[in-house]
Amino acid sequence: MFPVIEAQVLIAVGLAAAVTYALRLGGLLLAARFPKGGRFRQGMDALPGALLFSLVVPSIISEGIWGVLAAALTAIVVLRTRNTLAAMLCGMLVIFVVRRFGL
Amino acid sequence: MRGARANVPVAASAVAYGSVLGVLASQKGLSWLEMMFMNTAVFAGAAQFVMVDMWSNHLPIFEMTLAVLVINLRYLLIGASLNPIFAGRGLLHKMGMMHLVADENWAVTMSEQRSGTASTWFLFGGGVFLYLAWSGGTLIGLLGGGFIAKPEAYALDFAFTAVFTALAVGLWRRKQDLLPWVVAGGAALLVHTFLPGKWYIVAGGLSGAITAMMRPCDGGDAEGDAEGEPEQGGACVSGN
Repeated sequence: MFPVIEAQVLIAVGLAAAVTYALRLGGLLLAARFPKGGRFRQGMDALPGALLFSLVVPSIISEGIWGVLAAALTAIVVLRTRNTLAAMLCGMLVIFVVRRFGL
Repeated sequence: MRGARANVPVAASAVAYGSVLGVLASQKGLSWLEMMFMNTAVFAGAAQFVMVDMWSNHLPIFEMTLAVLVINLRYLLIGASLNPIFAGRGLLHKMGMMHLVADENWAVTMSEQRSGTASTWFLFGGGVFLYLAWSGGTLIGLLGGGFIAKPEAYALDFAFTAVFTALAVGLWRRKQDLLPWVVAGGAALLVHTFLPGKWYIVAGGLSGAITAMMRPCDGGDAEGDAEGEPEQGGACVSGN
């Protein structure tokens, strides 16, 4: 019932974990040394939104015009209702229907 | 906990996405213990997908580590953007809290921060909840085998895009974000077209932030945020 983990799996996953954790903590610790004001601050304030937006844009565009419409509907629902789950489901529904009926 | 409850929508999509990874992992012959070891130690969705994809009898350890490094480079920026929430906390607190930071609970926390009510415990509560959802999802997929034969048919692959779009809307701050976001989106698209992996996220985030730095000093964003924020107003004054 209790499978053994091979040495190579321990090493590979261990290294992946170390790299990932170092990036997470490293970013935080580096940022603590950044200047607290000025232009740099303006950039850091804009970073979260820009990062999140960059994350979604290519996958929206790769769905074509329906992807843009699904994303727009998601945005409208979350603005109106403040309900992230409902907004997500509306976006998915558009893509589901489009793929189901091959629009 | 409040952090956990706020993460319910992203956790739902993590279960769906995790079950897809579990199905792939079962095809590669991973045991449940190896799956859980990876979930616990790495805890990063996209990186785990690539690792499972590269899985074989002789693991390409060097290539795998390099791939994980490139895919997770964005965590450097994610970690940096969490700095205001960690203000005044000690090193041990930071070390303990940062492991369970994923795209999802980070995004929920940043959107909570807009109303000034985010905390490190909010972030951590979301992380624990997300870890449970992610692990549950992967195990369902791994042990249940291919019961979701074609996740794309149910638009499950769009779950992440949709939930992140909703969260991005929550981060929107008036007109000052328009230009940085346009630049970020354009750079992301361009890099996504020409470079493999997740470079596009790093490129987009950085170019958006740099665009915001170019903006002339406008005396800050004080009125855009809710009152409870601990940070000072005037964005372009008093550098050191």
